[in-house]
Amino acid sequence: MNFDDTPQEAAFRATVRTWLDANAPKHLEAGLRSAGFGSAGVTSEDPMAAARAWQKKKYDAGYACLHWPKEYGGGGFSPIERVIWGQEEGPYAALGGLFTIGHGMCCPTLMAWASEDQKREMLPPAAAGEQVWCQLFSEPASGSDLAGLRTRAEPASDGSGDWIINGQKIWTSGAQHSDWGLLITRTDPNVAKHKGLTMFFLDMRSPGVEVRPIKQANGQSGFNEVYFTDVRIPDAQRLGAIGQGWEVSLTTLMNERLSIGSGMPTGFPELFDLACRLETPDGPAINDRNVRSKLATWAVRTSGLKYTGMRAISALSRGETPGPENSIGKLVAGATMQDIAAFALDLQGEAGILVDPEVTAANGRFQAMLLRSPATRIEGGSDEILRNIIAERVLGLPGDIRVDKTVPFNQIPTSGKR
Amino acid sequence: MNFEFSEEQAQMRTEARRFLEAKCPPKAVRAVLEGKAPFDRALWQGLAEMGFLGIAIPEEFGGLGAGYLELCVVAEELGRVIAPVPFSSSVFLATEFLLMAGSPAQKAAWLPKLAAGEAIGTFAFAEGTGTTTPRGIKTQASGGTLSGVKLPVADGDIADFAIVAARTGSGNDERAISLFIVDLNAAGVTRESVATIDPTRSHAKLTFNGAAAEPLGAAGEGWATIQAVYDRAAVLTAFEQVGGADRALEMARDYALERMAFGRPIGSFQAIKHMLADMYVSATLARSNSYYGAWALSTGAAELPEAAATARVSATQAFQHCAKNDIQVHGGMGFTWEFDCHLYYRRANLLALNLGSLSQWEDKLIDRLQTKNAA
Ligand SMILES: Cc1cc2nc3c(=O)[nH]c(=O)nc-3n(C[C@H](O)[C@H](O)[C@H](O)COP(=O)(O)OP(=O)(O)OC[C@H]3O[C@@H](n4cnc5c(N)ncnc54)[C@H](O)[C@@H]3O)c2cc1C
Ligand SMILES: Cc1cc2nc3c(=O)[nH]c(=O)nc-3n(C[C@H](O)[C@H](O)[C@H](O)COP(=O)(O)OP(=O)(O)OC[C@H]3O[C@@H](n4cnc5c(N)ncnc54)[C@H](O)[C@@H]3O)c2cc1C
Repeated sequence: MNFDDTPQEAAFRATVRTWLDANAPKHLEAGLRSAGFGSAGVTSEDPMAAARAWQKKKYDAGYACLHWPKEYGGGGFSPIERVIWGQEEGPYAALGGLFTIGHGMCCPTLMAWASEDQKREMLPPAAAGEQVWCQLFSEPASGSDLAGLRTRAEPASDGSGDWIINGQKIWTSGAQHSDWGLLITRTDPNVAKHKGLTMFFLDMRSPGVEVRPIKQANGQSGFNEVYFTDVRIPDAQRLGAIGQGWEVSLTTLMNERLSIGSGMPTGFPELFDLACRLETPDGPAINDRNVRSKLATWAVRTSGLKYTGMRAISALSRGETPGPENSIGKLVAGATMQDIAAFALDLQGEAGILVDPEVTAANGRFQAMLLRSPATRIEGGSDEILRNIIAERVLGLPGDIRVDKTVPFNQIPTSGKR
Repeated sequence: MNFEFSEEQAQMRTEARRFLEAKCPPKAVRAVLEGKAPFDRALWQGLAEMGFLGIAIPEEFGGLGAGYLELCVVAEELGRVIAPVPFSSSVFLATEFLLMAGSPAQKAAWLPKLAAGEAIGTFAFAEGTGTTTPRGIKTQASGGTLSGVKLPVADGDIADFAIVAARTGSGNDERAISLFIVDLNAAGVTRESVATIDPTRSHAKLTFNGAAAEPLGAAGEGWATIQAVYDRAAVLTAFEQVGGADRALEMARDYALERMAFGRPIGSFQAIKHMLADMYVSATLARSNSYYGAWALSTGAAELPEAAATARVSATQAFQHCAKNDIQVHGGMGFTWEFDCHLYYRRANLLALNLGSLSQWEDKLIDRLQTKNAA
């Protein structure tokens, strides 16, 4: 058992460190480190431009999407080298938020299902940060139950072989900045729900696509509604066979859990820091027995996630794929962060309600965390869905008894009211 | 980087598991539960023959001279079967005290016997209700003898000798405390078995009345030595707890698959599935934290104090969580003497206190994180 690099890994780390030292946008470091939760952390310039510039610089040096093959714009590095890069890139990784969904979910789906020509055409600009992708999966009536989606794709009547899309997606993060979208549709409502789905990729500038930002509970607008009115997609942009959409989507969702689950922040180091600095009549808050006990519980959850991650990396380096046990990352981190935020406000007393970074302790980051953290427990698989996954796929318990799996989609009940 | 046990260590796990499945079935634990014996002598002898009692003892003293990772592996397996033997007292504590503070003569006198299972050692520390502090230790040593009362002492009724923490100075600070080796079969020692929440691990009240006591380590160094040995024992106990937590989770899972209610296995109800998923989460976090402890222990890393407290807090929480919900999943059956659930529940809550309470370890963890942050 050791944390040591092999000689090759050490050499790679040294190379990366040298490159980062010479090339990282150091003027942004302080802002990125102290950013409020859910905010970009770049205030001195346009955050989108800063994100694109950093991505392009990495791409030109071969450090964008490290583990992708070189012919698709990646670095051709091993999974372990990718991990080392992540450790070294540190705060600058936060600049990549705009590309997370594309790099982490949409592009791996293309990698598995698109034609060779398409991969060579679509993936390098995504890696370079020139083109941004979004994930058009969730709908008003289908979130956890993704296979219940209703957006229709029908063959065009002109015999062109194109598809005509009508319907609505919702909660689409980054749609307002996206060039391309990965779109799952229903092509056959007369068969069982999982069987009638088909996947496409879509030019977000196609006529008939309308993006409407949604104002989130925390006041930001990261996600959107996307409406499709007679949107035309060439058949060449279909991924997988007609009716194979569910299978294709599993590639995306698997990657979603892998990329989201690793290295999720819990807010513990920030809370620890606050408890050390915050003065009470009895000295710093951290001297209080009750505070210490809570901190200890969150400390071991945070380190437990870190070392579970280390075990997954060890599995990677042995050539194994980390399994569904990685579902615990977001489950633990989301709930912990929400608890930590509420407790950090409690420590601040009545003034804990204030949000102005100038007057609150810790730049208002815990207030921002409080208001953003509910989303973590929902996006990318809700807590309950993740518990189902652990129970069924890791522990081998029976699936839920279902009433919707075998009947044709258009005969499934749609109203919860009696 | 490699954050897993090696092939050879995995091999050792397989051997230990096979051995314990044969020699330590629930029936063996129940024999001790029912008071037929204070511990399982045949199992103890078997563990000695396997070399497990001397894993970390150097070869020159009759041990295997293997590393702490191997000891962690065996500790986890013993925890899985809640083995009714004085392993923690003799191996995690007495042996470690001797290795850390013993003179060459003391090591030569005791370590070979400990490795062979010919002698059982323990550590006598607490003196009744409350957190044990330097001020609270009233047992007094002077002129080669020692007097006072220790309660509870794990395996105090069956051990051949004890390392005893006693007062040698007049102050209330750590420097007032020193360590002694006391032969428990000698004059001036009275032992009384005491009933505990877990009868599968025997405990005693030891009364010393001018008992002969030989110093272990320098005078005034006792408290520091105790802290250092407790960090080591905390990592090893964490593995025992992780083993117990995993087994409790498995029992609950198996029962949930088999037990039918309302026309379906209870494991198909989400209330049960989610309870089991949460047990899995705590057990997984505890395992990963314990690996961190194992790494620090086996490499002698400066992080050991922090890693040990991390492993200890996490593993205590996980075993308590899994053991209580194991009963819950079993419904009424879980509350019977006949089902094994209560054995794990008892052990989880015993181990939670054996090296000092959860809140004490939480406190230590925060202390250590403060030290690290200040550095
Ligand atoms: C910030 C944010 C960003 C997002 N970004 C995207 C994106 O970019 N692209 C995209 O496609 N989607 C996105 N989503 C949508 C997200 O995937 C869904 O919100 C999520 O899958 C839950 O679906 P829902 O909101 O319809 O809730 P529902 O599925 O209606 O769930 C409501 C409640 O019921 C529970 N529930 C549902 N089914 C079960 C079950 N079987 N067992 C037990 N409990 C159940 C849920 O856990 C939840 O608590 C985003 C969501 C958020 C919050
Ligand atoms: C101390 C004690 C005294 C008792 N005294 C009496 C008495 O005087 N008279 C008498 O008639 N009975 C008595 N009982 C029995 C008691 O009512 C049952 O134990 C209880 O109803 C649970 O049933 P079970 O033990 O069969 O567990 P099960 O029904 O098998 O339940 C096992 C587990 O599955 C869960 N579960 C079961 N069904 C569902 C579901 N639909 N959804 C979610 N979870 C589910 C349960 O919550 C439990 O965690 C007593 C039990 C105890 C422990």
